[in-house]
Amino acid sequence: MSSHSESIIREPLITGKAISYSQITEDVCAPVERMPSKAWWIGFSIAVAGLLLWIIAVSYTFWNGIGAWGLNKTVGWAWDITNFVWWVGIGHAGTLISAILLLFRQNWRNSINRSAEAMTIFAVICAASFIVAHMGRPWVAYWPLPLPNQFGSLWVNFNSPLVWDVFAISTYFSVSLVFWYTGLLPDIATIRDRAQGLRKRIYSILSFGWNGSVKTWQRFETVSLILAGVSTPLVLSVHTIVSFDFATSVIPGWHTTIFPPYFVAGAIFSGFAMVLTLLLIARKVLGFENYITMAHIESMNKIIILTGSIVGVAYGTEFFIAWYSGVEYEQYAFINRATGPYWWAYWSMITCNVISPQLFWFKKIRTSVTATWILSIFVNIGMWFERFVIIVTSLHRDYLPSSWAMFYPTWVDVSIFIGSLGLFFTLFLLFLRVLPAIAMAEVKLLLKGSSEQSKRKLIEHGHAALPEGYDGSIEVASAKN
Amino acid sequence: MSKVKYILGHFDDPDVMMSGIDQLQKSNISIEDVFTPFPIHGIENKLGVKRSRLPIAAFCFGITGTITAFVMIYYMLVVDWPMNIGGKPAFAFPDFIPVMFELTVLFAAYGMVFTFFYANHLFPGRAPRVMDLRATNDRFVIAIDASLNDINSVDAVLKEAGAIEIKHNERKYISYDEE
Repeated sequence: MSSHSESIIREPLITGKAISYSQITEDVCAPVERMPSKAWWIGFSIAVAGLLLWIIAVSYTFWNGIGAWGLNKTVGWAWDITNFVWWVGIGHAGTLISAILLLFRQNWRNSINRSAEAMTIFAVICAASFIVAHMGRPWVAYWPLPLPNQFGSLWVNFNSPLVWDVFAISTYFSVSLVFWYTGLLPDIATIRDRAQGLRKRIYSILSFGWNGSVKTWQRFETVSLILAGVSTPLVLSVHTIVSFDFATSVIPGWHTTIFPPYFVAGAIFSGFAMVLTLLLIARKVLGFENYITMAHIESMNKIIILTGSIVGVAYGTEFFIAWYSGVEYEQYAFINRATGPYWWAYWSMITCNVISPQLFWFKKIRTSVTATWILSIFVNIGMWFERFVIIVTSLHRDYLPSSWAMFYPTWVDVSIFIGSLGLFFTLFLLFLRVLPAIAMAEVKLLLKGSSEQSKRKLIEHGHAALPEGYDGSIEVASAKN
Repeated sequence: MSKVKYILGHFDDPDVMMSGIDQLQKSNISIEDVFTPFPIHGIENKLGVKRSRLPIAAFCFGITGTITAFVMIYYMLVVDWPMNIGGKPAFAFPDFIPVMFELTVLFAAYGMVFTFFYANHLFPGRAPRVMDLRATNDRFVIAIDASLNDINSVDAVLKEAGAIEIKHNERKYISYDEE
C-alpha cells in the first residue's frame, strides 16, 4: 500500500511541506473542535433566515393548498417539479464522487467525498420536501406506498413512473445515508478519542464503538466497495426514473428517449457545480487548502466540461429529433422553446450550460478559484433553467390554443425556492460544525504515496527525476497555494 | 506474577509497523490485534485473517430484495386486483423492473451494513474496545497478550523493529467513563 509511490508527474493530492498523520487530524478536526468563527455565524444566520422563510411558505401552502402557487390548469407543474429535479440532480455529484470514482480508483475523491455526500443527503431532503409539498395534501403523503385495500379498492399502479420514483428516491436517500454514515464511523472515533467530558460521551455513542482493529477495517473496506458497487447503478437509475416521469408521457417536448442519459449527465453537471460552490468557500474558511488542492478543483472542472458538453449535445439532438420525427407538435414544442414567450429562459439555459463551461478549456480559467466559483454559480442557474424550460415551456402551449397560458410565480413559489436554499445551507453549515468535513482516514491513506512531500522526497533521494524542461506539476501545485 | 495484561507497540509509520509484524512473527510472538487510523492493505494475509464473507451476505440480501419486490408487485397487480389499464396485460413484467432493482439495492445495502455492524458489535452506545487513544489518530498499534508471551523478549523485538513507544497496560481496554 503506502510503500509504493505514485509517479512524480501526477499532481500531488496533498500539498504542504511537513504534513504528518497527526497534522491531518488536527487540521480536519479544528473546525469541529473550536468555537464557530464569525464567518460561520454570519452564514448560519442568513441560512436560518432562509429556513424560516421556507417554513412560513411551506406552512402557508399546507394550510391553503397549492392554489397558493402560480399554477393554472394548463401549467400544472412548474417551480415545484423544477426545484425537485434540480435538487435531486445536485445530489447526484455526491454519489458520483463517493461511489463511481471509488470504483474507478480516482484517489482525488478521498478528500472531497465526505462533504459531497453530505451535500447529496441535504439536497435529497430539499427535493423530497417539494414532492411532499406538491401533493397538496401532505397528511396523506403515504398514499403512493403500496398499501392494503382499505385505502380504496386498488393497489398503487406499479406501471407508473411516479410510483417508481417513490421507490427510487427513498432508496437513494436511505442508501446514501448509510454509505455516508458508515464512512463517518472511523472519523467520529478520532474526534471521540480527542474529546473530553460530554463531547466524548456524545461522539462515543455516535462512533458505534469503532476501534480500528484489523477485522473492523477489513470489513469496512469490503462494505465500502460493495456499497459503491450498488450505489453506482442506483444513482444512474434514480435520475433515469426521474426522467421517466416526463419521458413516458405523451407531452411533446417530454416524450423523448434521450431523456435518461441526458438527465443523468445534467445531474452530474449541476452536482459538481454545487460541490465547487460549496467547497471553494469551505476550503478557504476552514483552511483545507492542503487537502482540497488546485488539482482537485481542476479535476472537477474537467468533469464539468465533459458533462456540460454532453448536455449541449443533448440539446442539439433533441432539436434534430423533433425535426426528424416529422411530428408537427413536437417540432412546434421545440421552436416555441427557443423563440416563444419563454425564449429568455431557453437562452439563459444555453448560455449558462453550454457556452460558459466551455471557458474551462482555458487552463488559466479552470485553475482560477474566483473564475471557477463564478462559473459554478452560472451552471447552477443554467441547470435550474433547464428544468424550468423542459417543464413549463412544454406545458404552457398545449394542443388547444384557447387553453394556452403563462406561468407567473407567486410569493409562495419564490419563498419556497429561496427557503429551500436556506434549509440546505443550514444543514450543511451544521454538518461542518459537528462532523469532520474531510474523510481523515482516507486522506491519511494517501499521505505516503500521493502527497507533495513524498514526491519531493523521491526526487531528493534520487529515486526519480523530473524530465528536462518539465514545468513540474509539483511546482505548479505548490506555487498556487 | 506481573500485572501487565497487554503490551502495545506504537509505530508512527505503517511500513515500519508491517516489518515489525514480520519480526514479531519470526520470534514466535503471537499478535492479538493491530489498531490503525486507516486500513492497511495486505495486513490480513500477514495476520492470517480470513477473507470477509460480507459480499456473500450482500448478494443474498440483494436477491431477497429482488424476489420480495417481484412477489409483492405480482401479488398486487396480477393476483389480488388485476386492473385493466388501456387493455394492457396485468402481468407487465418490464414495468416491474425499476422497483425490483431499487429493492435489490436497498436490501443489499442495508442487509450488508447491518450484518457488518452485527459481526463487529457496532451499535450506538457501544463502549469502545480501544486499547490506545492514539490509534485513531496517528499511531499504528500492535497489541500483544502478555500472558501468552515473554514480556522482556517482546519489548526487545518491538524496540528492534522500530517501535517509538512501548506500553504495558494493566487493563485491556481504556475506560471511557473516567474523566
